[in-house]
Amino acid sequence: MIDAFTGALHDGFGYVAISYCLAAIGLNIQFGYSGLLNFGQAAFLAIGGYIMGAAIATSGIPTIPAMLIAILFAVALALILGVPTLRLRADYLAIVTIAAAEILRLVFGTSFREYFRGKDGVTGFADGFRGLNPLPEYDGFFLTYSRNELWTIIVGWIVVILICVLVWALMRSPWGRVLRGIREDEDAVRSLGKNVYGYKMQALVLGGVIGCIGGFIGAFGAASVQADTFNLDFTFIALTMLILGGAARVLGPVVGAILFWAVLSFLGSILSDLSANPTVAQFMNADQASNVRLMLVGLVLMLLMIYRPQGIFGDRKEIALDAR
Amino acid sequence: MSPSSRRAPQGARRRGPAVTLLLLLATSLFAVLALSGTAQAADGDRTVVGTLRNSADDNAPVPGVTVDVETSDGGQYTAESNEEGRFEVAVPASDTGTLTVSLDTDTLPDGVDLREGAPDTLRPTGSLSTVTANFALGPDDRQVSTKWDQVPQLLYNGLLFGIVLSLGALGLSMVFGTTGLTNFAHGELVTFGAVMTYMGNRVFGLPIMVSVLLAVVLSAGFGWLNDKGLWAPLRRRGTGLIAMMIVSIGLQFLLRNLYQYFTGGRALTYREYVTPAGQDAFGLFTYTTRDVVIILVSLLTLIAVTLALQFTRLGRATRAVSDNPALAASTGINVNRVITTVWIFGAALAGLGGAFLGFSQSVTYQLGAQVLLLIFAATCVGGLGSIWGAMLGSIIIGLFVETSTLLIPSELKYAGAMILLIIVLLFRPQGLLGRAQRIG
Amino acid sequence: MPADTSPTPATGATSMSASTPSSPATGSTGTTRSVADQGRADLQGLATEPGVKKKDPIVVATDVRRTFGGLTAVDVEHVEIQRGVITALIGPNGAGKTTFFNLLTGFDQPDSGSWTFNGTSLKGKSAYKVARLGMVRTFQLTKVLSKLTVLENMRMGATGQRGERFWAGALPFLWKSQEQEITARARELLGRFKLDAKESDFAGSLSGGQRKLLEMARALMVGPELVMLDEPMAGVNPALKQSLLGHVKSLREEGMSVLFVEHDMDMVRDISDWVIVMAQGKVIAEGPPRSIMTDQRVIDAYLGAHHDTDISELEHVVTAEHQQPKEETA
Repeated sequence: MIDAFTGALHDGFGYVAISYCLAAIGLNIQFGYSGLLNFGQAAFLAIGGYIMGAAIATSGIPTIPAMLIAILFAVALALILGVPTLRLRADYLAIVTIAAAEILRLVFGTSFREYFRGKDGVTGFADGFRGLNPLPEYDGFFLTYSRNELWTIIVGWIVVILICVLVWALMRSPWGRVLRGIREDEDAVRSLGKNVYGYKMQALVLGGVIGCIGGFIGAFGAASVQADTFNLDFTFIALTMLILGGAARVLGPVVGAILFWAVLSFLGSILSDLSANPTVAQFMNADQASNVRLMLVGLVLMLLMIYRPQGIFGDRKEIALDAR
Repeated sequence: MSPSSRRAPQGARRRGPAVTLLLLLATSLFAVLALSGTAQAADGDRTVVGTLRNSADDNAPVPGVTVDVETSDGGQYTAESNEEGRFEVAVPASDTGTLTVSLDTDTLPDGVDLREGAPDTLRPTGSLSTVTANFALGPDDRQVSTKWDQVPQLLYNGLLFGIVLSLGALGLSMVFGTTGLTNFAHGELVTFGAVMTYMGNRVFGLPIMVSVLLAVVLSAGFGWLNDKGLWAPLRRRGTGLIAMMIVSIGLQFLLRNLYQYFTGGRALTYREYVTPAGQDAFGLFTYTTRDVVIILVSLLTLIAVTLALQFTRLGRATRAVSDNPALAASTGINVNRVITTVWIFGAALAGLGGAFLGFSQSVTYQLGAQVLLLIFAATCVGGLGSIWGAMLGSIIIGLFVETSTLLIPSELKYAGAMILLIIVLLFRPQGLLGRAQRIG
Repeated sequence: MPADTSPTPATGATSMSASTPSSPATGSTGTTRSVADQGRADLQGLATEPGVKKKDPIVVATDVRRTFGGLTAVDVEHVEIQRGVITALIGPNGAGKTTFFNLLTGFDQPDSGSWTFNGTSLKGKSAYKVARLGMVRTFQLTKVLSKLTVLENMRMGATGQRGERFWAGALPFLWKSQEQEITARARELLGRFKLDAKESDFAGSLSGGQRKLLEMARALMVGPELVMLDEPMAGVNPALKQSLLGHVKSLREEGMSVLFVEHDMDMVRDISDWVIVMAQGKVIAEGPPRSIMTDQRVIDAYLGAHHDTDISELEHVVTAEHQQPKEETA
């Protein structure tokens, strides 16, 4: 049982959780505050990891400029997706973003192998980042994290905090008010002289860039990127976290990400312990235990959306999603 | 019209939503699949098959050659090729690791040699219950066909794929048309059809035709359960369309992992018609009787559905509901009954599509998830909510996916379909056959 | 039911419009005649012909046509809207009034035609630009921002907010003082519209009539010259109707022009200075309210809508004795 708890803490605050958390913060700006259905958030993280990774590993560009290049790519992707779709009905953005995410995943996984290394993915780009690690050398684990992991998650959580402060400041400003207005009724906002299209575009770009930064953290944590990480499920899991923690709340995605990974890890430990029991193993082996865990993810998303669309801590009156 | 503004008519809040029934749905599916799970363990061998032919001798079969298979846990199995050059080595399914298949070159008859540079040991990947291992014998005399020689074959393949795809697209489009729901779990209805066909065929040993028929009937029931257990109660609560879309994402997750729970990561194959012999059509392309049957059955089904929509009472009611649910309700059409019917038929069509896809792509837990985006692409290209659009879009996507391999690597062929989708949405957002929407 | 008894604060108005530089009300103090009086005088003695030229039009539309599929929703040859007065746009259901509204305000684009606001061509201008020019509309189905408070709804109306720019948004010191001014103006308007007690409630919790009031008050935050109200009385209870009428009239007294779509003929009679009648997408009659109500073409248009009569026939054959069944257009 102790292992299950420490495992839960480890995963709840680990770099994967941070990466997903930033993806969910981006989705929160787009979906939670502005009502934009970006189902291709994975593409922005893929760009973060792949473009930065390839720039460093293949082209020998230093870490910081490589990150800036990746952010430029993310901005470009947001513009390419937004220009044609943001004037159309809400679901077009959803379909086009899904399609774009799949295209990018396939391209990263199979093409430009000299940069993206096909199925193997990009590696060998994390040295610069790890070289900045000021932590004293230690063997083994501190707080269950290795030295490099700890460095990544310290940086990661600082980034999360800074971005949360930014989101908080923006969302209480008139700018954020316009976004929330657009979520409620874009025609009303338009009739008041606001350039709705421009605001949507800003939200899409900002959310995409935050997702891209999440891609950096994930890539540094694992010291590699693989295209298949960034499949459709990635975005859906980030969406689940957002709804779990509460959409249109600054800390919603953060709470959601920590809780999601902690509970998932905890469940994983419990279920795999169970599956080690020979009686249980007849019904559920280790692989099946992992399936049961993910089935629960789906079930939780459904139940949340049906019964608590405001998230587990949210206030029903303030729910951003009109779900009833 | 914003997606959330369009809601199905609300009724009294009779039942708490969904979830009890959903659990019922899950447990019933569990029960059905559990049966298959246990039976499958008893049934399960993996078979390594291959045919040895000598290209030096007009592809004559090479009998009497020993083939050894070593499993990852060190088990040794062996077999000898028969008069048709075919060998079959059965290994226990319990070992899912990589197999090492080696050809004993000493047993090759005189004058028959392994092709220069060709390996005598293969490690076939894939987790199919039937694993194919092909050794090349004799000199390499394959004719290198030019790209454009493949065009007829690709068109035929694309047409076949498109027609099967349209079975899935039709259901998605009909559900969208009548309820406004973008159902991300529609792919799981496709997988359901394939898994049920597999179960009937492999577990209960029914003939493949019967299995497909049974799968379609079960799919129809599954569609009914989907609607009665989940979507109808949500409509009664007045759940918004975006919320319902997210619920469907959750359902997709749930079902896909449920399938994987039982099938594992393996790619399962039906017992019959897995690799039928190809026949030559005018020297242009190869076809198989199986695929011709698939095309005919699909076409007949599609024609039947369109005729039914055109000429039956229920069909006309369905189109009326697609047009304007509120108006349809006010003219005395029972909207909820129409929607339930659409779910039943939509799921049956998707199940049939899944059963057919199971032949060519083998049955995996993610069969439906893989084609879901193509189905979306097909319905959007053709025009969401339009019956003809769904069919036309599917054929276009099918043809496009196959023929695009002339120009782009085949790993990217699905990406090509996605690009086509984006281009169509850019220039004709309502799709090829969709109606432009009136604003205000 | 004289509208004069409505609780209209006759004065308080000027301070509000004075703070919006684009409003012509500021000029009204210097001249001998108010804009409203001038506007009404301009309408005197005009021919009651469809498309008649006004002396000082704020909106001029020519050959505006919009079709949906094969159906012509709007086909307006020429229409002008006089500055400084209340103009009513009436017509049977499906006459194309709301579509015409949408076209004028940039919410829909016509197939052809040209239209100007204060002499500026609005062709191809998007809705938000039209609003910024001073032509602000409300909607037939009220569009309040439900999950924003009443006060936030009001603040949203103010134009030229520094804090609405992305980079400035994150830096409160850049917009705090302006936000205070906006809030003060919003509170004043809310007080006038008797919504001040509700300012921190979610707009979604308001009643239908209160939403109409909020929407109108919010439109005033933009500082419009022309206020376009799409069925302001629809779904409003009788008690609130009088106060709404008063508010509409006070807009005129402040120097704004008003164009409204309405089915409630009492309201049209009570407050409008000029009436434009549309049927089947065309302007079929114009004139002062008293004469328009007795205009045979108008009566026929309304009856025709119920009797399936072809409107183009009615235009020429005023005393149509036999009614020809027209083709199904829908």
